[in-house]
Amino acid sequence: MNIDNIKNEFPIFNNKVHNNDLVYLDSANSSQKPKIVVDRIYDFYTKEFSNVGRSVHYLAVAATNLYENTRTSVQKYINAKDKNEIVFTKGATEAINLVANTYGNQYLKEGDEILLTELEHHSNYVPWHYLRIKKGVKIEFAEVNKDGEVTIESIEKKINQKTKIIAVTHVSNVTGAILPIKEITQLAHSKGIPVLIDGCQGAPHLKLDMQDIDCDFYAISCHKMYGPTGLGILYAKKKWLEDLPPYQGGGGMIKEVKKDLITYGDLPNKYEAGTMATAQVIAFDESIKFLNKIGINNIEKHEKELIEYGYEILRKNNSVRLISNPKQKGSAISFTLDGIHAHDIATILDEEGVAIRAGHHCCQILHDKLELPATARASLGVYNTKDDLDKLNEAINKCKKIFNTK
Amino acid sequence: MNLKELYQEIILDHGKNPRNLRKTENFNKDAKGHNPLCGDKVHIYLKLNENNKVEDISFEGQGCAISMASASIMTDLVRGKEEKDIKVIVNDFLEMIKQKEELNTKLLKEDEKTKLMCLSGVKQYPMRVKCATLSWHTLTAAIDNSQNKIDKESLEI
Repeated sequence: MNIDNIKNEFPIFNNKVHNNDLVYLDSANSSQKPKIVVDRIYDFYTKEFSNVGRSVHYLAVAATNLYENTRTSVQKYINAKDKNEIVFTKGATEAINLVANTYGNQYLKEGDEILLTELEHHSNYVPWHYLRIKKGVKIEFAEVNKDGEVTIESIEKKINQKTKIIAVTHVSNVTGAILPIKEITQLAHSKGIPVLIDGCQGAPHLKLDMQDIDCDFYAISCHKMYGPTGLGILYAKKKWLEDLPPYQGGGGMIKEVKKDLITYGDLPNKYEAGTMATAQVIAFDESIKFLNKIGINNIEKHEKELIEYGYEILRKNNSVRLISNPKQKGSAISFTLDGIHAHDIATILDEEGVAIRAGHHCCQILHDKLELPATARASLGVYNTKDDLDKLNEAINKCKKIFNTK
Repeated sequence: MNLKELYQEIILDHGKNPRNLRKTENFNKDAKGHNPLCGDKVHIYLKLNENNKVEDISFEGQGCAISMASASIMTDLVRGKEEKDIKVIVNDFLEMIKQKEELNTKLLKEDEKTKLMCLSGVKQYPMRVKCATLSWHTLTAAIDNSQNKIDKESLEI
């Protein structure tokens, strides 16, 4: 599959937005869906639907096999050691809540510290916040530097005897900085501290190897990976999934239920209570196939070229203030314009068919630090081109014209 | 959709140079408004005299051109009005910005209505209506002294 014609695989690009071709630069928020993924959902519901893991009839067995196939595909895609280290959740948010709840309840006590970074999305902060309320643990934030990065040194500075877990993003959804997660994990493990990686902005763009990174937990958002909404993945080392208690109770996750005794099912069922997002899981297998057909190395190369180009043209535009300049650039670039608020930028860009996000991008801690109430963010996916970034730049110039700024 | 209707000269002017962007001395009513989705913030200060007329009104805050212009125009219009009339004006504005064709209240003069109608372009941009209404809702909260209790749990860390 050739990355240069990849837009053809996405039906959304056949539509016009305000009579313009769609320039979709909001993939950090959610990616568009290839036709094969959309078709798979339709086919499953129309030809193969059944609940999984329960009944013995033909459709149930077939659906269960498809569901488990995706688990194996994900295991291979991220090079996890065991397929039972893959837990399906309703999103990356639930994946992080799962760890905060189970690990937090079992291992954290008053005075313990959780180390996050100032780059974290609210979904890798708020779940830990409840442990402050419930248990009196403390949350520390490793500092972001002026380039929008969190370095291994700034992590190290905040680690002490009380640090009981480190939860950091793989890639910032605002500054685009790629964090040295392997080094952070090595450092943490050398001090006996487990590590959770929020992989929302990493998994769609970068080659993943869980055994190489060696992190304890890695949270994935499937809808940012050309997959359906309502689905996320928690990768967790088997030792943790065996050790930690279940997160939610219900059907499917039990072994034996008596009036005076309940025992829990084996992995992976222990963490998948109730009817899961079956169609989404099955369709996500097509997302993995899609990524494999292009090849993650090609995706990384393509997006790296684009982000460098994005930085280059926006730097030349003298009203644009880029808010960061990380050495390792992921697929997002955030900026402000002199004299024009980010929301006004987003509305004017939208009129040109250019879809970006404006606001704090669920990162209020970072925006407080930057002393900016809101920024505009362009973020990339496989389907973007240099032409898209040129259109972004032209639309920015239109903002300047309307607001009569230079 | 028409960007020119949204970003009229008067909106851009009020957005760039907001009137009454300051803090009233000796204010006797105030409220803070916050739109958590976009981060817009506004703090409205009111000084009512013994006849319950608005002697002064001002605001502090930050936000997009629409929200700043809306607060600026609103504070200009409200000065000198009676407290009991303000709510009628606010409701009339809120109905107009969401659906109604025009402003109906007799409490505003024609030139005041014309000025306010400059904000009516926002109607075509449903995601931006909240930008235009934030300061108006906050004004109501200031008059009612009904500042939403800030979630204590999240503050007491």
